[in-house]
Amino acid sequence: MPYMLLAPAVLVTVFIVFMPMVQAVVTSFYDLILWKPNASRFVGFGNYVKLFADPVFWTALWNTAIWIGLTVPLQMGLGLLTALLLNREFPWRGLARALIIIPWALPSVVIALMWRWIYDPNTGVLNDILIYLSIVQSAVPWLADPNLALYAVIATLTWQGFPFFAVMILAGLQGIPKSQYEAASIDGASSWRQFVHITLPGIAPVLATAGLLRVIWVANSMDVIFVMTGGGPGYATHTLPLYAFVRARQNLDFGYGTAIAVTFTILLGAIVAVYLARTMREVER
Amino acid sequence: MNKPSTARRILTTDLPVLIIVLFAMAPFAWMVLTSLTPTAALNATGVSVSPAGWSLDNYVRLLEQTSFLGNMMDSLIIAGGTVILGLAVAVTAAYAFSRFRFAGRKLLMLQFLLINMFPVVLLILPLFVLMKNVGILDTHFGLILANATVAIPFAVWMLTSYVGAIPKSLDEAAMIDGCSRLTALRRVVLPLTMPGIISTGIYIFITAWNEYLYALTLGGRNVRPVTVAIQTLIGEYQIEWGLLAAGAVVGAMPATILFLLVQRRLIGGLTQGAVKG
Repeated sequence: MPYMLLAPAVLVTVFIVFMPMVQAVVTSFYDLILWKPNASRFVGFGNYVKLFADPVFWTALWNTAIWIGLTVPLQMGLGLLTALLLNREFPWRGLARALIIIPWALPSVVIALMWRWIYDPNTGVLNDILIYLSIVQSAVPWLADPNLALYAVIATLTWQGFPFFAVMILAGLQGIPKSQYEAASIDGASSWRQFVHITLPGIAPVLATAGLLRVIWVANSMDVIFVMTGGGPGYATHTLPLYAFVRARQNLDFGYGTAIAVTFTILLGAIVAVYLARTMREVER
Repeated sequence: MNKPSTARRILTTDLPVLIIVLFAMAPFAWMVLTSLTPTAALNATGVSVSPAGWSLDNYVRLLEQTSFLGNMMDSLIIAGGTVILGLAVAVTAAYAFSRFRFAGRKLLMLQFLLINMFPVVLLILPLFVLMKNVGILDTHFGLILANATVAIPFAVWMLTSYVGAIPKSLDEAAMIDGCSRLTALRRVVLPLTMPGIISTGIYIFITAWNEYLYALTLGGRNVRPVTVAIQTLIGEYQIEWGLLAAGAVVGAMPATILFLLVQRRLIGGLTQGAVKG
């Protein structure tokens, strides 16, 4: 009986997820250029060997590390700050909470185009503001400067993702019993010590879960980068999934593209495994 | 204990919150202002902050000169179809997970969680090849299937926790009264889970509506959802920011309004799932 009830969901996912996945692994062993399918030939691990000798791969890997390493902590920090503020009593709390999550509901294309417009070197508002405040002397080409572009995109993604953390952490904060704070303040604990010894341990599980989830999500997300810079200038904003996508899309080099995608998936697999182990443990409880 | 004064509260709470709210809203607000400034004025003097310089010029052009309404329709069909497909297969699966203990339960649940973690890029390339071979590339059906790769696992997990929250004794009572399992599911569990089903459905709708990479790769010519259409509004010789902004505002509207309507319940469900499991 349970198997019958599960059958539709399992069958559909087998067709649209697992079959393509197997296909991807198979494709990665072939030299396959999409517009000349007859020239396709089996190359074994050839694509992977090529990959390790490919300087762009290493650039993309390094960019991916910076991308995750900066975006997730920034989102989390800003999210924590927001959650702590929203956890206080003030009259327009409900409204503030609703407004803060707006970035989360916007389509990523809109977000990417919106920020391209803000970053625009000639007419963008960010340069106008910075010049007006005399922080910079002349317009900065945020997305065209190879040294800045990646960080400019990271700033955008931080903006997009911090509401998620804020909302998750807020739920965690509201689960901490008030009595603990009362007891601590009777014992004379300062608000900083209350934060370190009550608040942080209280939300640690949420931080860990949300953090892991976000690492996976941020690693995978490439639509914002794709629309904002397309990976450029040069390879300055290439992350691994983006490299795979661009390679397959522009050169129709599906064999090599999927090889990059498979490699990336395996690397990400380690983080996914930690998350899965955590979640399944909770489910069993 | 002395209550902190209002002035102090405003300084330490209201003001910082206001700054964060402004930070969260400013980019989109800027987009709205851009869309309200006619292109000629935009090129000459920049975005108009005062209502005196506003007009609906860009929106009129959007509706008259582009196929944006048709694109909205494409998005609607795809997002709606994804909701129906996702919920239809997920409801029974969720019921099975929460009501039965069977061999392979844990493995199957794990499987659904795992799918959600797969990089889109790993699926998008083989899906392109497969759909090209089957001949459903650039159709609504193809894009619904592609979006279901995300929607089904998500719906299964959300609904499993919703159904799990309903006491088993209720459907057992119904079965003692002579209902079959499926009737108990339909008459007892479904109505009680309806709020959960609706918020899951809305979340799927929003995600499918906002989806971009599948739409770009697997659709784009016959079927062009708004997310792809917005990008094509970039002019041929120079970027038409006014028109683009109008498209972005209109394209983002349905999902944003839905989100604001249900945000309380939606976030409750999402965080419950995540905090618990």
